[in-house]
This record gives sequence, C-alpha cells and structure tokens, in this order.
Amino acid sequence: MKDKKLKKVDLIFECNDCKPVEVLEKTLKRDQDEIILDIIDSGLKGRGGAGFPTGLKWKFTKNEDSAIKYVICNADEGEPGTFKDREILSRVPEKIFVGMAICGYAIGAKEGFLYLRGEYNFLLKDLNATLDKFNAQVKDLGLDFTISIKSGSGAYICGEESALFESMEGKRGEPRNKPPYPTVAGYNSKPTVINNVETLAYVTMICRLGAQQFKDMGTNDSRGSKVFSVSGDTPIAGIYELELGMTVQEFVNEFGDGDTKAVQVGGASGSCVPRKNFADTIIGFEGIPTGGSMMIFNSSRSMYNVLHDYLEFFAEESCGQCSPCRIGCQQLLKGIEAVKRKERNPQYLEDLKKLAATMKLASKCGLGQSVANPFTSIVDNFKEEIIY
Amino acid sequence: MSEYLVNLKINDLSVSVPEGTTILDAAKKLNFRIPTLCHHPDLTVAGNCRVCVVEQKGSRALVASCATPVSEGMEIFTNSRKVRDARKNVIELLLSEHNADCTKCFKNGNCELQDLASEYRVGDHVFIDLVKTSARHEIDISSPAIQKDDSKCIRCQRCVRTCHEIQHVSALAVVNKGEHQAISTFLNKPMNDVVCTNCGQCINRCPTGALAERSYLDQVWDMINDETKHVIVQTAPAVRVALAEPLGFDPGNRVTHKMVSALKHIGFDSVLDTDFTADLTIMEEGTELLTRLKKALVDGDKSVKLPMTTSCSPGWVKFIEHTYPSLLDNVSTCKSPQQMFGALAKTYYAQKKGLKAQDIVSVSIMPCTAKKYEADRPEMRDSGYKDVDYVLTTRELAMMIKQAGIDFESLPDMEYDRIMGDSTGAAVIFGATGGVMEAALRTAYEIVTGSEVPFKNLDILPVRGFEGVREASVTIDGCTPEWSFLEGVELKCAIAHGLENAYQLMKAVYEGKANYHFIEIMACPGGCLGGGGQPIPTNEEIRSKRAQAIYAEDSGLPLRKSHDNPEVQQLYKEFLGAPLGHKSHTLLHTHYKGRKRY
Ligand SMILES: Cc1cc2nc3c(=O)[nH]c(=O)nc-3n(C[C@H](O)[C@H](O)[C@H](O)COP(=O)(O)O)c2cc1C
Ligand code: SF4
Ligand code: SF4
Ligand code: SF4
Ligand code: SF4
Ligand code: FES
Repeated sequence: MKDKKLKKVDLIFECNDCKPVEVLEKTLKRDQDEIILDIIDSGLKGRGGAGFPTGLKWKFTKNEDSAIKYVICNADEGEPGTFKDREILSRVPEKIFVGMAICGYAIGAKEGFLYLRGEYNFLLKDLNATLDKFNAQVKDLGLDFTISIKSGSGAYICGEESALFESMEGKRGEPRNKPPYPTVAGYNSKPTVINNVETLAYVTMICRLGAQQFKDMGTNDSRGSKVFSVSGDTPIAGIYELELGMTVQEFVNEFGDGDTKAVQVGGASGSCVPRKNFADTIIGFEGIPTGGSMMIFNSSRSMYNVLHDYLEFFAEESCGQCSPCRIGCQQLLKGIEAVKRKERNPQYLEDLKKLAATMKLASKCGLGQSVANPFTSIVDNFKEEIIY
Repeated sequence: MSEYLVNLKINDLSVSVPEGTTILDAAKKLNFRIPTLCHHPDLTVAGNCRVCVVEQKGSRALVASCATPVSEGMEIFTNSRKVRDARKNVIELLLSEHNADCTKCFKNGNCELQDLASEYRVGDHVFIDLVKTSARHEIDISSPAIQKDDSKCIRCQRCVRTCHEIQHVSALAVVNKGEHQAISTFLNKPMNDVVCTNCGQCINRCPTGALAERSYLDQVWDMINDETKHVIVQTAPAVRVALAEPLGFDPGNRVTHKMVSALKHIGFDSVLDTDFTADLTIMEEGTELLTRLKKALVDGDKSVKLPMTTSCSPGWVKFIEHTYPSLLDNVSTCKSPQQMFGALAKTYYAQKKGLKAQDIVSVSIMPCTAKKYEADRPEMRDSGYKDVDYVLTTRELAMMIKQAGIDFESLPDMEYDRIMGDSTGAAVIFGATGGVMEAALRTAYEIVTGSEVPFKNLDILPVRGFEGVREASVTIDGCTPEWSFLEGVELKCAIAHGLENAYQLMKAVYEGKANYHFIEIMACPGGCLGGGGQPIPTNEEIRSKRAQAIYAEDSGLPLRKSHDNPEVQQLYKEFLGAPLGHKSHTLLHTHYKGRKRY
C-alpha cells in the first residue's frame, strides 16, 4: 500500500460552473447498467458509516423484479461529532438530488425521498424551493422521477436504514431483522436504495468527472475522498474534504493543537486511537473507517468523561427493543461509574468488556453492535483514567 | 411456503427444508432445541430478545435463529462456545433488570425466563441490579381482570403483537427509547381506562409473570371457610377440556367429573354447571333471533337490526362498545351464560333452596379473564346483588386444587349437583368457536320446522374449524304454520374468532357489505377453549386438541339440543314463563352503551 499524504480536495463543495442538472441530462443518455458499472468501478463506498459498495447496492436493487422501487437519501445525520451532511444539504443540495435521480433512473425507481433529521428542519424552506425547481427540470428531461422530503423526529436510531423505513411508514423507529435487506424489501417492503447524503453527492461528481478521476484518489480499500467533520481540541474545527488513506498522525499534524492524546475516529460509535497508535492507523476501511466525525482530545481531557458521555448517549438513544443493547448500555454506563466510585473492583472492567463483546455479537442492529468500539478502545488504552 | 428445498448443515448434520424456513425451525427438525423468549408460534417474528442467537459460519456477528431464514450451504452451530457465552450474558442482563421474586409469582414453575435462567444456572447478579434503581415497581391493578407488573417485563413485545395482530385492539404499545423503553398504554393510563377488552390473550403469550389475571383465590378460600355462606360454583364449558393441562396431563383430556369431584373436595356447597345457562342462552337467543327475523321480514319493522350478533363473549362486547358503538343494537340483548347463571342463582336457585340471596356466594370458573370484568359491570346486578361474586380462571382453579393437596388423577368421577346442573351437548360446544352457532341452529331450526337440522348426527360441520372467519347457510324447509314466512329462506350465518377477525367481519357489516342474519363472535382464538384464563402455553395444536375434546364430549352426551334440557324446561315452567318473557327480560337481558376509543 502506498503512503498517502494528507491532501485537501474540492469535489463536493466546488461549484464554479456548477450545473448538476447538466450532469443528470448527460447521464440519462447512458445505459442504466453502464452507469451502475461505472459506480462499481469507481470504488465508491457508502459514506454513512457502514461503507457498503454503492454500485453493488444499486445493482442488487435493479435486479429485483418489482414495479415499485424507491431511492432514499439518508439525511438523518445524528452521529455525535458529525455535521458534514448539514453543510452539503445547505450548500450543494442539487448535487444530492441529481445523485438520487441518477439512481432512480439506473434502478428503475419513480419516487425518491430525502429523510431529513428533525433538527435540520430550518433547512426545509430552502430545500423545498430547490426541490420544486429540480422536480420540474427532471420532468422536462423526460424522466419519471419525483423527490419529496420527509422530516424525522429526532431519534438517532432513525438513521439506521430499516428503522428509518419504519419511521417513514409511520411506525415506531425500530430496526428490522435482516435479511431481508433494503435492496429486496425496504420502504413499504419494496426494493430500496438508501444512501447517505455525501454518497449521493459523490455519485454526481463521479458521473461528471468519470470513475477514473475518483478512483485515482485514495487507497485500494478506500477510494476517493471524503468529507470530514473535525471538532474537539483543534484550532481549526470545521468541515474538510480530504483524500482517503492518510494516517491519524498525518491528520493530527494538520489539525491537532500540539498536545493531542487521542482521536475518536467515527463519532461515538467509532474507535478511539491513542497517541501511540497514531502513526500506524489509517483512516479508512483498511484501518478505522469513519462516517466523517473526527474528535480530537488533548491531554487536558478525561477519557472517563469522554466514555461516560458516549455511554450516556447510547443508553438514551438505543431504541430499547433488544436485550443486549437496551440493558447492556445501561450496565456499561453504571459499571464504569461503579468502578470509578470503587463500588466494584477494577477487575469488573473485564466483565464489562466481555459484555461489550456480547453486544457486538448479539445485538440486533449496528447501534448495539458498535458500542464495543468506543468502550473497548477507551478502556484498553486509558484504563487508569477509568479506574482512578 | 415454497416447494423449493434448501440444504444446510446444523451442528455438522445435514438437513433440507423448504425455502423460507427459519434456522430455528430447521434445527427443530434435527431435534436441536434453541431457547427462545420473544418468539411465539401465534405471532409474527420480532427478533428482539436475542437468546436464540446461533453462530453462522462466515458471519462476524451471531444471527437470531428465529428471524433468519435458511440459505443454501449455510453452516450453523447452535451450541458453540461463542453462542453459549453470548446467550448466558444476555440472560444475565435480562435478570439484572428483572424483579425475580419467583416464590410469589404466579408464573413460578411455568415461566420461560425462569426455565432459561435455571438451565444456564444464572442466579446471583453478575451485573448491577437495575430493578432497585428503577421506578418500574408499581403494579397496575386498576382493572378487575388484568394486572400488569413492569418490573417483570422483559420487553419481548409478545403482548404488543398479540393485542395488535390477533386482537386488533392495540391497548399495549412500546413507548420511549433506551433505558426508558417500556410497554405502556395510551398516555400511560391505567389498564382499566383504555381500550383493553380484558381478553387476557396477552397473558397467555407473556413469557413471564409481567401480565397476569387479577387473582381472587384468597377471597374465595375465605368464603368457603365462612360457615354462614352458601358458596356455589359454576364451571364453564371450556374449563373441563383444559384443566388437566396444568395438573400434568396432555392437552385434550376431558376431566369434567373429576373436576366436579375436586370442587366438592375443596368445599363448595354446590357444584353447578354454566352449561345449564348455556342451554338457556340458546333458548333466549334463538327466540330473539326468530323474533327479529319476524319483525324484519313480516312486520317490516325498520328499527330491528340484522344481522344479530352473539353477546356471550365479554371481550367481544367491550370491543364493539369501543370500536363500533353504532352497531350495538345488532348485538343480542342476552347476557352471557355466566351472568344468566348469576342472576338466577340469587333468585330462582335461592327460592328453590330456601336460601336468602345475601347468604349465597356465587363463584364461577371460567376460561376467560374478561368474565372477571363482566361480573363487575354495573349492568350485572339484576338479582339485586352482585350476580356473580368471584370469577376464577381455569389456571386459578388448578392452583386451588394444588393448594388443597388433591391428587387429581385418583379422584372419583362425580356428577354435578342439582338444580342448575343439567346440560346438553349443545351447551358443551359453546366452548369452541362456532359452537354457539351450531347450538342455536339445532334449536332454532327445530322450533321453526318441528324437525331436526338436516345434518348427520346433528353435527353442523361447516361451522366448525379454526378458519378466522367462516360462513355457512341453512335453507329452512318444512316450516310449521306459525313460521311459514321463513319457508325456503336461506339463513345466512358467519362466525369469527379472535378480535382481528371479528373486526374484519364487523367492518363489512358496518359498510353494508354483508347480508348475514346471524353472526357468532368469540374474542379469543379458537373460542373460549383458547380463552385468556386457560392454561399456558397456548398454540394452534393445543387449541385443536381442546376442540376435539369438546366435540367428543358433545357426541357422548344423551341430550344434544338445548331445548331438551329438562331443567331448562322446568325453569320456564316454574319461574320464567316463556323465552323473552317479562322475567327473562329483567334477569337475563341487558343493553350496552358505547365507549370512546381514547
Ligand atoms: C444507529 C445507526 C445510525 C445511523 N445513522 C445514519 C445517519 O444518520 N446517516 C446515514 O447516512 N447513515 C446512518 N446509518 C447507516 C445507515 O444504516 C445506512 O447504512 C446508510 O444510510 C447507507 O448509506 P451509504 O451506503 O451511502 O452509507 C446509521 C446506522 C446505524 C446503525
Ligand atoms: S441494537 Fe439497540 S438500537 Fe439496535 S435494535 Fe437493538 S436496542 Fe435497538
Ligand atoms: S416472571 Fe418468572 S423469573 Fe420472574 S419472578 Fe416470575 S417466575 Fe420468577
Ligand atoms: S387483555 Fe386483550 S385487549 Fe387487553 S391488552 Fe391484553 S390482549 Fe390487549
Ligand atoms: S408484558 Fe410480557 S409479553 Fe409483554 S413485553 Fe413484557 S414480558 Fe413480553
Ligand atoms: S427468540 Fe429469537 S430473538 Fe427472541
């Protein structure tokens, strides 16, 4: 694997002669399978966290025999420390809509929905104005595809794709059993492509620039670039689009304040990288993947407090349906409190790590499965801070 | 299910099962038992308890066997180290938020959580006790029928699915998320203030003791021990074919006369039969139906509502009060057999026995929890007293028999006491869906034509079975002059059991899309034999065994038509006069009022 240096990129927000609808017009002239092959070839993986190859997802959905299919843009952005989708939604919404329309054309869907995080309702007015215009343009291009917006109601779990469908169907936002996967039975039990905001914006750019230009960036496992939300102990917090493949060290060199002791990669559900591992940890699917959140902690921070905050978040935001996650989150939280207060001896942390491993193995959805990431990485690397 | 077979390996053994089969069922085929909690054969899959997880080769996470369909070439391990560790951990977690006071719990000895915890020897808390630190301690005893104890709830949602999928009520729902997630009612109101029909189906499917009937065992023991009281007991038709189950027998055993023996042993002063008033119900309800038909067809009376529906299932009555109050005039004015019995116990029976009504304590043994609620209704005091004082479920009677130290198996058979102990086969089949219809047809047809229903051995097979909604029709042939207006009329009937099915049927009636004359509705799946007070567990196989037992009991009886019941004939002669007469009207009939849904 060749070493990548940290490189800033400008694909997503670039908008000099930005006419996304022209990209759509151009792409509609191409064969559907060809478009999908292009997306597969580009190596684009989902930017919502799970990193599933986007082109494959489309292919599976296209292959389903169903008169009704849907395209859904996941704009529920709820991962702590992630705020890049908001920026994309407010600055280049057309790129998202074009990505959705291309998908609709490619897989044979006539309807698209943008599921907007409840807290982002302030964007609704502008988004709807852009959308009205866009829907009309799509019609003029002769494509039978209409997008509308659905507002979420502020639960983190509704960002999980199957919970999102439940929520859209007017039910309680609880994740479903898988299989069936969304490509077979998603919204209204119809084949559905669900993609993150950023993923869809990249689709537009890939269709505009060609797969090769995207593929040339990044590494084998992590092609292209990605939008990062940088926060914490950094003098330059904000949104940055960076080429994939850099190490945490390179990242810290650019964004740290000189006293960085740990970086939480991937938000609360991601993993904590301690200073000693900065140089060997690649940010990407070969190392630690991230939906975009990068939280930097300097030596003034208590990692106990950091973990405590995350666990409080999960204990609150777990949908509560499955036993490992509902009860496990509470036990992890109360467990580190008990160790801190000396009500349980430090050995109890080992029981809790086993519990976290069980949650990873037995929880119903990605939320419960990923609590072990922050828990184990912080407890392993900052045990003293947890105990004393 | 598809014809296509899928090949897979479970614990290194090969098995082929139809596409769509779950890993859980495939394992069953190889006799590998996988523990479950949220799974129930009557309900859709939830996949939330996670105790059924198994290892799938090539998959990073474990998979829920109840929720995962098999796929070609799959390799599954149901008992690997990874599986056992995770499963045990999950059970430990469940116990950490569980108020395990088993000795006091009505599910002790028949609890899926307890079984699992004992199997894995999970007891002392590995994890922090979350029960003490939570506020989920108050038991909701607002309803006279159902109690809800959240401190025993494992959030498997079996009750929620039952109430929604089988009963179309949705009185119970999931609220809040994370640590505050709970099973609750609309606006967290007490159970007695919501749409709950008290059917008890949720109790039958709750794997723990979180949902239970309100028990009146202690009160009944007190009455039995009170020398100044004359305590009588009536037993509903469906009890006799299920009581044996919690006493260690297989489903489908008929123990009518051992049950009578046990009740005498326990100390009831008189052991009587709800079947007696089931026959009486047929006389009243059959006559009511014929009267309605006459008013509608001959007199052209527009105020008469058809189809007429049965009224003997109190869960159904409360359901329609909430759901279609505008159709309440379609409901027969007959009280349920339990309440007819109660009203007569403190009037007719008291008179005949020379007892004062206030000295009589009237107890009933029912397959039903809604009957507890029914007995408490203000409408049910026409004797001048509470017509039925205490209602016990089949389960409570089994507990009573155990408490009394009775060896049930060795009991001699005994006969019901008199009076109000006589019955016919027509009354026994009240316990199965379609039974009231069959009994009513046997009698009404004969009233109208003077001859028996045109079915072999009186078995009206088209109305039997477990199909959710069934239709049948009988063409009336050879009417006596009085009923000549019914000559050649095709009497159209429909039957529904389970309130979801009842809802579908009544929706059609409401929308004017149904042209039936008579509808039988039972709130519970299978009818009373699947009632909310019946032994746990329940599933289609158990219910059909109970149904077979009921029909066997019917065919073995010398009298099989309600109007042949000698005590019923005597009752009309000595006390009531004629069906729908003045006395019947005051004691045996009532009207219900609509209720809001919220
Ligand atoms: C608890 C949880 C929350 C999630 N929240 C989001 C979210 O806010 N936005 C998002 O795009 N994906 C979220 N996901 C991932 C989605 O389930 C899904 O994988 C994604 O939308 C697919 O799009 P992509 O392939 O373009 O990444 C979440 C997953 C989990 C388990
Ligand atoms: S893992 Fe957590 S969020 Fe996911 S289904 Fe289970 S309880 Fe809900
Ligand atoms: S529900 Fe089961 S485990 Fe809980 S107290 Fe009752 S018997 Fe014991
Ligand atoms: S008793 Fe019946 S109606 Fe009431 S909550 Fe239970 S299932 Fe629903
Ligand atoms: S009340 Fe019983 S059935 Fe309902 S969720 Fe709780 S444990 Fe499950
Ligand atoms: S029985 Fe399978 S998850 Fe509960």
